Amino acid sequence: MKPPPFSYHDPRTVDDAVGLLNRLENAKLLAGGQSLMPMLNMRYVLPDHVIDLNKVEALSFLRETDGVLEVGAMTRQRDIEFSDAVKARFPLIHEAILNVGHRQTRNRGTVGGSLCHLDPSAELVTMAAAHDATVTVVGPNGKRDIPFAEFPVAFMTTALELNELLTAVRFPRWPTGHGYGFVEFARRHGDFAIASAAALLEEDANGKIKRASLTLGGVGVLPVRMREVEKALVGQTASEDLFRQLCEECRKVDAIEDVHAPASYRQHLAAVLSRRALVSAHGRVGRA
Amino acid sequence: MRSRVFGNRVGRIEDPPLLTGRGRFIDDIRLPRLAHAAFVRSPHGHAAILTIDKSQALATPGVIAVYTAADFAPHLRQDRLIVGLPSPAYRQDVNRPVLARDEVVHVGEPVAIVVAENRYLAEDGAAMVNVDYEILPAVADARASLVKGSPTVHRNALHNLLAEFDVAYGDVAAAFSAAPHTFRETLWQHRGGGHSIECRGAVAQYDAMEDRLTLWSSTQTPHTAMRLLSDVLGWDDTRVRVVTPDVGGGFGPKLIFYPEDVAIPLAALLLGRPVKWIEDRREHFTGSTQERDQFWDIEIAVDEQARILGVRGRLIHEHGAYTARGANLPYESAQTVTLPYEVPAYALNVKLALTNKVPVTPVRGAGQPQGAFAMERLLDRVARELKLDRAEVRRRNLIAAQRMPCAKPLRSRGGMQVVLDSGDYPKCQQMVLDAIGWRDFKSRQAAARAANVYIGVGLANFVKGTGRGPFEPVAVRIGASGTIHIHSGAAAMGQSTKTMLAQIVAAQLGGTIDKIKVTTGDTAGIAMGIGGFNSRQAVMAGSSAHLAAVALREKVLAVAAKLLDVSADGLEIEGGSVQLRARPKTAIALGELARAMGGTPGFTLPGGMAPGLEVSEAFLRDEMAFANGAAAVEVEVDAETGAVEIRKFIIAHDCGRMINPVIVEGQIVGGVVHGIGNALFEWMGFDGQCQPVTTTFADYLLVTSTEAPSIDVLHMESPSPINPLGVKGVGECGVMPVAPAIMSAIEDALSPFAVKIARTPVTPAELAGAIQAARREKRVGPAL
Amino acid sequence: MSEKRTIAVTINGKRYQEEVEVRFTLADFMRQQLGLTGTHLGCEHGVCGACTILLDGRSARSCLMLAVQADGHEILTVEGIAPSAEKMHPLQEAFRDNHGLQCGFCTPGMLTTLIEFLRDNPDPTEQEVRIAISGNLCRCTGYQGIVAAALDAAQRLKAAKEAP
Repeated sequence: MKPPPFSYHDPRTVDDAVGLLNRLENAKLLAGGQSLMPMLNMRYVLPDHVIDLNKVEALSFLRETDGVLEVGAMTRQRDIEFSDAVKARFPLIHEAILNVGHRQTRNRGTVGGSLCHLDPSAELVTMAAAHDATVTVVGPNGKRDIPFAEFPVAFMTTALELNELLTAVRFPRWPTGHGYGFVEFARRHGDFAIASAAALLEEDANGKIKRASLTLGGVGVLPVRMREVEKALVGQTASEDLFRQLCEECRKVDAIEDVHAPASYRQHLAAVLSRRALVSAHGRVGRA
Repeated sequence: MRSRVFGNRVGRIEDPPLLTGRGRFIDDIRLPRLAHAAFVRSPHGHAAILTIDKSQALATPGVIAVYTAADFAPHLRQDRLIVGLPSPAYRQDVNRPVLARDEVVHVGEPVAIVVAENRYLAEDGAAMVNVDYEILPAVADARASLVKGSPTVHRNALHNLLAEFDVAYGDVAAAFSAAPHTFRETLWQHRGGGHSIECRGAVAQYDAMEDRLTLWSSTQTPHTAMRLLSDVLGWDDTRVRVVTPDVGGGFGPKLIFYPEDVAIPLAALLLGRPVKWIEDRREHFTGSTQERDQFWDIEIAVDEQARILGVRGRLIHEHGAYTARGANLPYESAQTVTLPYEVPAYALNVKLALTNKVPVTPVRGAGQPQGAFAMERLLDRVARELKLDRAEVRRRNLIAAQRMPCAKPLRSRGGMQVVLDSGDYPKCQQMVLDAIGWRDFKSRQAAARAANVYIGVGLANFVKGTGRGPFEPVAVRIGASGTIHIHSGAAAMGQSTKTMLAQIVAAQLGGTIDKIKVTTGDTAGIAMGIGGFNSRQAVMAGSSAHLAAVALREKVLAVAAKLLDVSADGLEIEGGSVQLRARPKTAIALGELARAMGGTPGFTLPGGMAPGLEVSEAFLRDEMAFANGAAAVEVEVDAETGAVEIRKFIIAHDCGRMINPVIVEGQIVGGVVHGIGNALFEWMGFDGQCQPVTTTFADYLLVTSTEAPSIDVLHMESPSPINPLGVKGVGECGVMPVAPAIMSAIEDALSPFAVKIARTPVTPAELAGAIQAARREKRVGPAL
Repeated sequence: MSEKRTIAVTINGKRYQEEVEVRFTLADFMRQQLGLTGTHLGCEHGVCGACTILLDGRSARSCLMLAVQADGHEILTVEGIAPSAEKMHPLQEAFRDNHGLQCGFCTPGMLTTLIEFLRDNPDPTEQEVRIAISGNLCRCTGYQGIVAAALDAAQRLKAAKEAP
């Protein structure tokens, strides 16, 4: 299991990287390597060129501006994990990142790499969907923003053109005192989720739901925002019974069938985990 | 016998190099001009090979040679690897070729070998070998393969029945017809691969100066490999040497002699350069042997007091496409069923079925865990049906301590009667019941259920045949430097063989192991050997080491007595020399004794004794030593997701005298975790065309540290009367009770839903499905 | 197309300057080209953890890195853990004393992973240790001896720090 032959490029700037993408045919971008390297070792991909982004320092940043968390594409998952700002003001992301692989993979894996690889169960992908994130993309024709809802177009396929590079992702924050809950079911600690649910809640002082975000990961080929359930939650008084009842809707999601689980099981988990995520989120409302 | 070393914890000899990165594993071997191999393997479950075109591969940069069956044929005396253990039950021979010639019968079967300057280039070359296949029907299911009219796994075969036999005694027909209660279970038992963290590997070099071919192999059976390689090449075995370097785990698949073990040496011979091949993990999934499916249809007959009157049934065992070891696995399964219990009549018909998949050979437990599983599931069924406590049903049937040694009307595969040599089975069961709090569990369970938490306890007993004979030689020699050399045919793969042998010898020859050098797994170091499997080395090699050391001690004392001019009674061996107990300053170093016994030309040897300070022993024992134990486990099942968490795992085991309790415990815990893998995680999947569908560690789930519980190990020591040390094997014992104990516990936890488990592994998805179905049908519990 | 690059990398305190093929993994570069065979390959797809090394003090799977990516960086492998040829690191001693290894093949990855973990978490609970090594597979020990060794090592390291 050794990689096939390829040409290696290590640009230093975003422009150089984009230039290479534009110029070279059959090129793959190497970010954290936790997804691409296994595929190279198994020769599932046979690129003529590997463009290593690890020296493009400008892509590695984590900053918060006016309530928006801006993450550079090459930011390591471990930096998200150990960020006080994320833990304090984007706690759903903090809770989710602890489920991503293992220490060794988080030390190298990147946010941009995960978003572009678009594994159906990737926690960061679910986070981006849950937060209505925006990705910034740079190509030979310049920069553009893509709302995350439009970013995944098909199974592990993004809206990126062949010569475009994802450079950053922005997560808008939820107000102080919001509730959050991330619940994942995996066969073993750190495994890809068979199914996961991410919930964000805003409630008034009486427990009436003002705003809700409910995202399923790992169930379908793309992350699923349960918008019908979100709408039904708004205006209601939060309770486990309410959640249980509304989450039945999640059973109807088109689910993946594979060696790990039949589709019906993922659908079942969707209902169970989304309820548990909402319960968790509700339990955390009000805590600063 | 001195007890200072034997029975105690000592630092392992193996550890210092392994801890500091100085291990010498197969892939660490570097030789001048070493070339590297990659194999072209069949992508099909069954196909005819029409043509093989090497031209593009040979033109690939870095490729030195490409060999196929046609290239190898002139250099092979046998074109098939005839490795099967003898059995009268075979209905046909399906021996593997070195490289497939005109038919491939499983995905992963080697078809060609590419040799290049490094593995990267070899894989480049392998991708360019063009094999033209004609796809043939593949047989995926062992049951279907035995149905008349099924396509055949080998196109020129008449059918797919590899072997058939019956294991039986007593009058089952009478037992069943008279029985007030009979219960039947249909079980599907799946085990998986060995998956040592180190894959297989081979390095071969022909030395023209010595006229000797050396094969370094990550094998559990070096002497067998030497013999088989010599046979296949038609060489005298003095011209072939097999050496095992450090081995990163064996677990069974490495005990097999493989096509690659011939292909690599042949490539080295033809090329005139040493050649290395290291199996990668994907190859381990497709080319290394594994255990897979057994289908059991089995019934038990009991009287009104739940005493067993008889057990009978049928077993269909999946054999894979070739005979890579023999018919032994299901034979062991059949044998093991009744071992712990009084079973007056027994009959199991066993059929081995061919399928178009990689061959099935022992993985830790070697068929015996499946026998234990079948019996324990039957006993749980009896308990449930007769509304008795599961432990009580077992207590009424366990063979009592007073019955030891207990002859069972069964014969081992070599024809020896099975005699349970020692053990207190009811006591082991009681130990785990007490430790897990079996008696008070029901009230805890009820309280948990009231809070919608589902916990359960399970129990299982086991008896395992260990110490497979007939022998394992050990030679102990004291060298001129005073170093004590131990050579053995035993093979080390992590189970602390070297430390074990050193401890046994040190107990006789001086108490510490730091001046002892142990060499295992080198056919040039000792002429005969059998190897590591069937939990045999402590028993067989240990006994040989003990006998040799005892004899050597006697000689050492006699020689020293002569040279010191004292009586041997007053002497002891301490710290590398022989000393007068009453006056330790009167001493002579072991090395000096060795020199004296090495002789001086023209001078008589002291005391008229035979030259040298070396004793070789090969303790002979055909009968197996039977280890036993019991496990109790507490689980919590998430009734919504089906996830199973093991909250407590207690195992009591008896492997006779323990040479090193810490090592014993390590073996037990490792075996238990492997068993947990079999019960809850490991499934080697194939599709209908015999394509493996779990070929990476992301799909095939090994237990990690977060799923492994803390395991409490309770010890009992019932010395075995059939070997001088009183030891029994332990390496595979941990696996034995795990799956049935866990299934028993899950059923107990989910009894409100009447979930029944008749398979292993069981997954959360299946459990959740069963619970959902129960809720729908019976409207049990809160609606979901 | 065997494209090469020259890289400079410091491994266990020693600086190497080598020409390496761009597609060579870091693991193969260390093992084959530099003769540092202590780091092992168990799966080559990033699950087993046997190949774990510390890159600039952070654990990483060397089978999932290209050698060229190590240019300019510092690496610690198992060969660099012991302070000298005569003395082992307290973590290694703890493994020895707690039967934390059997075949030894996963051990290099376990050790490097735990060096990082214990450095960042000097007083861990058992559960924290289990999570820390959850990305390292062992088929021999069932993890119990490894966990005991890690907890013992934590105590030894604390004692060494507090010693005058």
